[in-house]
Amino acid sequence: MKKIFLLLAAVSSFALTPLAFANESEVALDKAPVDASNHESLQRGARTFVNYCLNCHSANYMRYNRLLEIGLTEKQIKDNLVFAGEKVGDQMKVAMSKADAKKWFGAAPPDLSVEVRARGADWVYSYMRGFYRDNTRPTGWNNTVYDKVAMPHILYELQGEQTLNHETHKLELTKPGKLSVTEYDALVGDLTNYLAYMAEPAKQQRNHLGWLVLLFLGVLLVLTYKLKKAYWKDIH
Amino acid sequence: MTDKNKTGLADKLSKGANDGLAWVDARFPLTSNIKAHLTEYYAPKNFNFWYFFGSLALLVLVLQILTGIFLTMHYKPDADLAFGSVEYIMRDVPWGWLIRYMHSTGASMFFVVVYMHMFRGVIYGSYRNPRELIWLFGVGIFLCLMGEAFFGYLLPWGQMSYWGAQVIVNLFSAIPFIGPDVSEWLRGDYLVSDATLNRFFAFHVIALPLVLLGLVAAHLIALHEVGSNNPDGVEIKKLKDKKTGFPLDGIPFHPYYTVKDLVGVAVFLIVFSAIIFFSPEMGGYFLEANNFVPADPFKTPAHIAPVWYFTPYYSILRAVPPFPGLGFIPPSQFPGVVAMGVSVAIFAVLPWLDKSPVKSIRYRGTLYKKWLVAFVVSFFVLGYLGTVPSNVWGQFGSWLGNADRATVVARFFTVVYFLFFILMPWYTKKDKTLPVPERVTGA
Repeated sequence: MKKIFLLLAAVSSFALTPLAFANESEVALDKAPVDASNHESLQRGARTFVNYCLNCHSANYMRYNRLLEIGLTEKQIKDNLVFAGEKVGDQMKVAMSKADAKKWFGAAPPDLSVEVRARGADWVYSYMRGFYRDNTRPTGWNNTVYDKVAMPHILYELQGEQTLNHETHKLELTKPGKLSVTEYDALVGDLTNYLAYMAEPAKQQRNHLGWLVLLFLGVLLVLTYKLKKAYWKDIH
Repeated sequence: MTDKNKTGLADKLSKGANDGLAWVDARFPLTSNIKAHLTEYYAPKNFNFWYFFGSLALLVLVLQILTGIFLTMHYKPDADLAFGSVEYIMRDVPWGWLIRYMHSTGASMFFVVVYMHMFRGVIYGSYRNPRELIWLFGVGIFLCLMGEAFFGYLLPWGQMSYWGAQVIVNLFSAIPFIGPDVSEWLRGDYLVSDATLNRFFAFHVIALPLVLLGLVAAHLIALHEVGSNNPDGVEIKKLKDKKTGFPLDGIPFHPYYTVKDLVGVAVFLIVFSAIIFFSPEMGGYFLEANNFVPADPFKTPAHIAPVWYFTPYYSILRAVPPFPGLGFIPPSQFPGVVAMGVSVAIFAVLPWLDKSPVKSIRYRGTLYKKWLVAFVVSFFVLGYLGTVPSNVWGQFGSWLGNADRATVVARFFTVVYFLFFILMPWYTKKDKTLPVPERVTGA
């Protein structure tokens, strides 16, 4: 019997290595600096998201006033983030219709509410830093993480212009933008952090509550075990 | 108040309670049922670790039904709204995320618990005479659960939901002659669509749960008729106390096993909660990343895999080569579909394949144990291979026709999987067994 259990344990640990999907494992991704407790980073990320992404990409399942959670006040949200004519309780929608988007870009920009859960934070972080000049593409841009992507480099002014060195397969900054490399990486880091938060706003609450639940269940386990021992005293 | 008055009050209360119980008992067999199924239902005293999983399966069933009811209050079975309504539950419904994670984690944990429960039945011979019907009802529950999981998986309307359903429903079109009509009838459309989502919702929330509850009741009624098996495979009803008529090696289910099962419940809830609160996706095994992308009928994912609990059978489906066509008979995927169906259904005939004179693994010889290990290894390897693309280990050289390594390995273990059942009458008869004791030994 013991041997069987050992074998079972060995086989199951082998089987439980996280799933790697064939289409995503080809590019080495950089680690995204995700920290849901860093409210300042989340606020900066939210601002970048609203100013740059939200023109084309919706976040249909996210409400503006959820940002109260990351330390913003209702007035700050209303003055800085919400578009004219919308309420703080509204969801982050875009005015552009799907049909127009398809006509202009060839593909409708996906909703970004749960993008990080679909692709992972590292993917988003690497993707936003992976744009390079490619004049064979209709937009003039290509991406190391997402080959032949339909989206143009929207943060071009900030990052500047990268080109792909076809010998080393590395990106080189050929025309600097408004931000230094470190500043740009930090900006994308904050944006990714925000997107990760937006993909599951309840995550922090979930993790925090989890410890309390486990503590309670630990006490319950001790009590039920003692109860069992007491009842089973006379069974041999 | 004096002491005398106090006892007077207690007497009155207890008399009142007794009168009330007598009133109910005259109209409904309450006391006799509590006795028959709890306080005077005698279970073997040597239950071990493996015996927690029956009551845990019942606990998960109740959790799934309760969380399912609350999810139904907010979920929209509509191809345009389904994906969004799940995110609405995750964000805007108070505690919705908890209810949803309990339900999604519960689905996977149901299979964990049920697989452990089935394995217990296998190693201790709990399917043997006189418990064949308990086993058959159990196989029915297992099939029902697979249906529940399959129908429920479409409801979040993500890419994996959609294409998983597409692949499974298309399997039916491999049936000769009637296949294409059958799969169209199941979908209610030419492809998986709103009509499919609506009917899967109906199956998931009412049709199958009704059948499931009926089968669970039958499973328990049959169990309480013949009594539980135990790790020694000894019939405790053979030796009874001459005065009381209760089995010598039995103890009343309540309070002994109710308090013992509570310990199991506490441990289970710790594991369950750890997953819910810290890793509800379980690295992509419980909730797949691709299912956070809304279903798109025009975009087939590069790699479609079922959830982990279906992967051993899915591996068998992929491993069996298609029929190449012969004369007027067209080529067909039917052999693989049959092999997959048989790999699940074959559990039902286990009671009639096992010819060993003993029930429990404790008294079986090494021949049986070797076959059991081979089966368990096959199950896990096939399970793993079902989660990955078949080119995961690359290809053999041209001497093997450049075949995918993983496919060849899956074929080998598919054969082992079936041989465990097919050769069972032979190796269980030939096996050198040990003498079985009169009374139960330790846990």
